[in-house]
Amino acid sequence: MNSAADKLAGSVESRFGGAMKRVPSTVEQLTYELTAAKLRDVCHALRDEEPFRFEQLMDVCGVDYLGYGENEWRTQSATVTGFSRGVDRHPPQAGECAQRRFAVVYHLLSIRHNQRLRLRVFCADQPPMLDSVTEIWASANWFEREAFDLYGILFSGHPDLRRILTDYGFIGNPFRKDFPLSGNVEVRYDPEKQRVIYEPVSIEPRVLVPRVIREDPRYQEAFKEASKNA
Amino acid sequence: MPELQNFTMNFGPQHPAAHGVLRLILEMDGEVITKADPHIGLLHRATEKLAESKPYNQSIGYMDRLDYVSMMCNEHAYVMAIEKLLGITPPIRAQYIRVMYDELTRITNHLLWLGAHGLDIGAMTVFLYCFREREDIMDMYEAVSGARMHATYYRPGGVYRDLPEHMPDYKASRFRSKGDMRRMNKARQGTLLDFIEDFTGRFPKCIDEYEVLLTDNRIWKQRTVGIGVVSRERALQLGFSGPMLRGSGVEWDLRKQQPYAVYDEVEFDIPVGMNGDCYDRYLVRIEEMRQSTKIVKQCIAWLRKNPGPVWLDDHKITPPHREQMKSDMESLIHHFKYMTEGYCVPAGEVYAAIEHPKGEFGVYMISDGANKPFRVKIRAAGFAHLSALDEMVRGHMLADLVAIIGSQDIVFGEVDR
Repeated sequence: MNSAADKLAGSVESRFGGAMKRVPSTVEQLTYELTAAKLRDVCHALRDEEPFRFEQLMDVCGVDYLGYGENEWRTQSATVTGFSRGVDRHPPQAGECAQRRFAVVYHLLSIRHNQRLRLRVFCADQPPMLDSVTEIWASANWFEREAFDLYGILFSGHPDLRRILTDYGFIGNPFRKDFPLSGNVEVRYDPEKQRVIYEPVSIEPRVLVPRVIREDPRYQEAFKEASKNA
Repeated sequence: MPELQNFTMNFGPQHPAAHGVLRLILEMDGEVITKADPHIGLLHRATEKLAESKPYNQSIGYMDRLDYVSMMCNEHAYVMAIEKLLGITPPIRAQYIRVMYDELTRITNHLLWLGAHGLDIGAMTVFLYCFREREDIMDMYEAVSGARMHATYYRPGGVYRDLPEHMPDYKASRFRSKGDMRRMNKARQGTLLDFIEDFTGRFPKCIDEYEVLLTDNRIWKQRTVGIGVVSRERALQLGFSGPMLRGSGVEWDLRKQQPYAVYDEVEFDIPVGMNGDCYDRYLVRIEEMRQSTKIVKQCIAWLRKNPGPVWLDDHKITPPHREQMKSDMESLIHHFKYMTEGYCVPAGEVYAAIEHPKGEFGVYMISDGANKPFRVKIRAAGFAHLSALDEMVRGHMLADLVAIIGSQDIVFGEVDR
């Protein structure tokens, strides 16, 4: 970890104490996790107080952690019985791990001090809901609309929470992990009805390359180092 | 006394001045805009979701299609994110090639922007001039990657191949006279680097030509000076970056402040505007083209002197040579695994940002240790800029809207993703 990031980490921890939890990382970037209740206060402080002065919010991004770290292909156990076509084609099911399913990630940038910080907030409620930061950074407006559109995360206090990227009248939240890649409906022109109609998709979902996680001993050292730092 | 009512008008989604598929719902008070509501997403292709379903390398091609006028810069951010997670550094020669092509890309982007912006405000000639030079850069793309636009040239661990020894030239045809052929092929006799060097020699003169047409042009100034003014504070609040931020007087450039690749080894200046209006943003971008030419020149000089590898030799991340593959069992296995399953990237998250011609282009990537990214988020500069359109156009005339959209340098490939 370089010294500038260490210094920032030190001041974040001394200012916010237990409210912010550092996430170990092998990359030289600072990530903090905090609870939804403290989001607005912390953001205000990060924008206005020295030595943070994060004048810019570069990005707000929704994440759906459903199915995180799951293999689609058994590589270890399957070898004993012959390398089966062991692809698990069941899409992840919603319902499990609701507490830590949806998160919103904020990327802050300070022009004055030339530093970056990443915040992650998990949405504990159902439906997922967070405070909006549009009052703190105006740029959050469209980014939050995007997270609402694609993940169905609600932002209380947002001035104009409408869909932004999907079609007019779209149903569902397309970037959720339980939303199929090929979608639910397709459109075509119906010559009999003389108009464009929606109907269920005719594409069968398929996996071309299965998702596989392999333990790589080359990275173990770096992971140990990172968790010691955090 | 008749009752006066505001007028709601639809602009786009197919409008030549909308730079793609932008639909605007404008609330007009006479000819003055009181509110603009951009409707975007008409070009939404769910690039980020598609990237989640593919091994890492198969999404590089999608990055070209985000901002389809600055292709290699998009690739750079994506590839850099993977490299950071893998903890690898590409060979120094590859980094120089990347910087050179990033800057050439910046020039193409600004040329298209200048041409289209001029055309929107009624200057036809500058469009033709810009596309003349843009064609040369397309040829450089083609020479190095085989594709004029969607190059897929940057790969994790380097670039796909070294710069070619021969610049392809025009072949004789019955539509071209001998004299024309000689003129067109004059710069194409040597290597690609010779061709690029020739370009950097004549390009500053071309910029002078554009400037003669526009910079002191009375009509151009009337249409851009004092239009779409954004103060320094608002620019920061609204998440501006790149020329939009520098036009408002903030001296901020990731190439200087948070240098990546070899930007800390080349010399260049950052132009900064004073007033934050369309004219200042125009001046900033014109000067950026001159600075880019300067960087390209330095890269050429370095690349001539320092031959070397352009791709890492680690065959877990890069494929082995085809010749090796035919004779060596291990290379064959590496090649097969690389092309089918791809490589696993250690769990973690990373945000890689570059100074894209339009502003800060960032790729935020979460990996859970698999051969596909768990989540890719693309932070496009145009998205933040367009979200400020409402604030920028309020109180302006309808015709100024076109000037403001033009000066934002919007491309819908990256806004809608």
